[in-house]
Amino acid sequence: MNEDLDMLEQSALNDYKYGFVTNIDTDTIPKGLNEGVIELISKKKNEPEWMLAWRLKAYAYWLKLVEPTWANIKHPPINYQDIIYYAAPKQKEQLNSLEEVDPELLRTFEKLGISLNEQKRLTGVAVDVVMDSVSIATSFKEQLSEIGVIFCSISEAIQKHPELVKKYLGSVVPMTDNYFAALNSAVFTDGSFCYIPKGVRCPMELSTYFRINAENSGQFERTLIIAEEESYVSYLEGCTAPMRDENQLHAAVVELVAMKKAEIKYSTVQNWYPGDKEGNGGIYNFVTKRGICLEDYAKISWTQVETGSAITWKYPSVILKGDHTIGEFYSVAFTNHHQQADTGTKMIHLGKNTRSRIVSKGISAGQSQNSYRGLVRAAKGAINARNYSQCDSLLLGDKCGAHTFPYIEVKNKTAIVEHEATTSKIGEDQLFYCRQRGIDAEAAVALIVNGFAKEVMNQLPMEFAIEAQKLLAISMEGSVG
Amino acid sequence: MTNIAYFKDQFEDIAEPDSAIREITKTAFDTFNQLGLPTYKLEEWKYTNISSLFDKNYQFSKDNFQDKLSPSDLQALNLAGEEEAHALYFINGRFAAGLSKINATENELVVLPLQEAAKGPYQKIIAEHLGSSSKYLKDGLHALNTAFIQDGVFIYLPKGKQLALPLYLHHINHADTENVLSQPRSLVYLAENTNLQLIETYTTLGSMESFSNEVMEIVLQENAYLAYYKLQNDGPNAAQVSSTQIHQLGKSYVQTLTIALNGGVIRNNLNLILEAEGNETHLYGLSLLKGNSHVDHHTLVDNKRPNCFSNQLYKGIADDTATGVFSGRIIVQRDAQKTNAYQSSKNIILSDRATINAKPQLEILADDVKCSHGCTVGQLDEEAMFYLRARGIPLKEAESLLLRGFAADILDQIKLKPLRKHIEQLILAHLAST
Repeated sequence: MNEDLDMLEQSALNDYKYGFVTNIDTDTIPKGLNEGVIELISKKKNEPEWMLAWRLKAYAYWLKLVEPTWANIKHPPINYQDIIYYAAPKQKEQLNSLEEVDPELLRTFEKLGISLNEQKRLTGVAVDVVMDSVSIATSFKEQLSEIGVIFCSISEAIQKHPELVKKYLGSVVPMTDNYFAALNSAVFTDGSFCYIPKGVRCPMELSTYFRINAENSGQFERTLIIAEEESYVSYLEGCTAPMRDENQLHAAVVELVAMKKAEIKYSTVQNWYPGDKEGNGGIYNFVTKRGICLEDYAKISWTQVETGSAITWKYPSVILKGDHTIGEFYSVAFTNHHQQADTGTKMIHLGKNTRSRIVSKGISAGQSQNSYRGLVRAAKGAINARNYSQCDSLLLGDKCGAHTFPYIEVKNKTAIVEHEATTSKIGEDQLFYCRQRGIDAEAAVALIVNGFAKEVMNQLPMEFAIEAQKLLAISMEGSVG
Repeated sequence: MTNIAYFKDQFEDIAEPDSAIREITKTAFDTFNQLGLPTYKLEEWKYTNISSLFDKNYQFSKDNFQDKLSPSDLQALNLAGEEEAHALYFINGRFAAGLSKINATENELVVLPLQEAAKGPYQKIIAEHLGSSSKYLKDGLHALNTAFIQDGVFIYLPKGKQLALPLYLHHINHADTENVLSQPRSLVYLAENTNLQLIETYTTLGSMESFSNEVMEIVLQENAYLAYYKLQNDGPNAAQVSSTQIHQLGKSYVQTLTIALNGGVIRNNLNLILEAEGNETHLYGLSLLKGNSHVDHHTLVDNKRPNCFSNQLYKGIADDTATGVFSGRIIVQRDAQKTNAYQSSKNIILSDRATINAKPQLEILADDVKCSHGCTVGQLDEEAMFYLRARGIPLKEAESLLLRGFAADILDQIKLKPLRKHIEQLILAHLAST
């Protein structure tokens, strides 16, 4: 507790002060989007003909669509012609030692408990040869390839494993799925590809963190994870450290495919730039994430801790196609200042004896708006489908909003679906209890909020759970009083 | 002629340039032309496809059926315990003043055709409140009703009048030669310290289709009390969109109870606007659906001021190919601190071809509130079933027993004893029929 208190004291203000690193030697193309740009992206990435055709098809479809407006978010119109669709690979400025790095950034790393070497890697400091994180990553890669796990960038996969990419890309999130998925399909620049062969239990948490060429996975990420029969993988996305990203719009697509008795656990800790206190700037995070339990006894579990981004628009979903499959969704969404989050999940029950569980915790502070939007559908053939959903909202302050929009659609008589939601503020008695024991108001709120979110935090891999807890505390600074 | 062209034609027909209502109808008709009929692509109409009903042609009835209905005909529509009460009739959506049966003096209860009321001493009230629901119900059907508002009714309870007997509103649609579109409209005003029990029923006569597009606006002033019961037990040829908006302007008490047993496609919009501190509202609903019925309960509780209490309990049973929809929305505005708002929707599915859709929503902008919603979809309790079967109770009867138990929570809320008994009988017969 003491350590946490120090941490809170140290950072009196919750500003995102990390100066952006100036890039040298950027390889960019002009602003705007047209077929030429897509051809150029495809060419730069040396993609095969079928990939380009796929992209162009998606683009043609995207042109026919209009931006959706149903989400409970407000933002000025996005000018899609004002975006640079290819700006990689960038060479970051090499710094000689950590002393040259913004001290504020270092302090955040310290708070998050990131090791010195990782700090260097993240800030772009040239790392020494012995403890080179690249070599760490390489050794991990070797270990993985020994057991047949393919873990590389999607661009690499297109080159090296075209048959897998061809088969599964767009099979869960078709290019026609929605506006942002279509856009992503047309212009995605990079992302992760992960293939776990039959019967393999992946020995470590896979993460973009360890992937060498993950440094600039770009604003239109595409991730594809395939778990073959009886395999298991736990994947951690994004960054536990604050990502320095100047892109306004992120439209990523993530697809998960789980075969018979396979299990995929996908965890996200997202702490992108949320904009300043007045609500200027910040990332628009419009993501389509979906998994399919294609065969019997498969399981997909989403866990997300969302504390960043100016706008989050994200519904990690599971299609429970096989019999006896399981879908899970655990979410903590914290919004402060002018942040807006419209997030939730979809559980589509198609197979027999399918089960799903939704636990969503929304915390709103400042003048933020936090919405849960979810769908549970039990189709006609989903005999004995079972769902339990719980959505709790906590309001810290009288200028924020918490909203719940659940959709429940049941089409057979054996399904049991339950939804429960509550909204409240922190109990005076809980606060009083803490204050009486000498805990200051801010730390007391942090303590209570962490307790509120515990059910979800427990689902995260251990080391990330600790970081996520701290992230939550950092995001919360300045929201009490 | 398409329905839309027909509506235009009719609208030109009824033009009465001097009428006080003319302005309202004109604006509404423009709105209708702009919006058109709601389609399932609109979020609010996602689960109810109304526009497909308009594939067939509907007629506004010009015929006055008042003289064709004998007193015994009307009596046949009476519910148990109604003999003494006040009764008003809408025939094909038009208020039939001549048939009204009011057992009270004019300073206890005022009932006037809307046209007439708009000219008299109630001009100010009408100007202020008529059409205020269009702020919340922004759809083409609502506008269409308002465009043809002239045959509505104005019901007014003067200050301090506690109406001891309930007021029945019977809607009768004559659909024996053509498909009928009826558009009943009413404005109910409860002044300070008043008490009203209001019951609405719907009956379609004849074998053609009827579509009732109803709008009712109710205003409550300080210390008013309203119990509002709606009984929907019409034929499968009767579609209905029924919009009720209740404005609680002063600190007041409202209880609503909607029971849907039979019918074609039914959509109930029920909006509660809580504009004063300390308002109390209870909303109850029960759907017992069989055959191909489709019932959509849409509620909105907008909490605008502090210290309000609202509770919603909707129960639904869907058998055969029926569809039950519940969409509830609670809004707690920034000023509405200390709001307590609860919402619960419980559903039972009895058939694999039946559907339940639910959308319980909370939108909360104040922090010191207690709000919750819950929704369940399930089946009859296996253990309870086993208990009954083990004691020799036949399957059908055991089911009926459990379903009646499920419905009892709602029926217990009916404070008018004869009405409750009447509805219990209806439900018993309804469950027994196949």
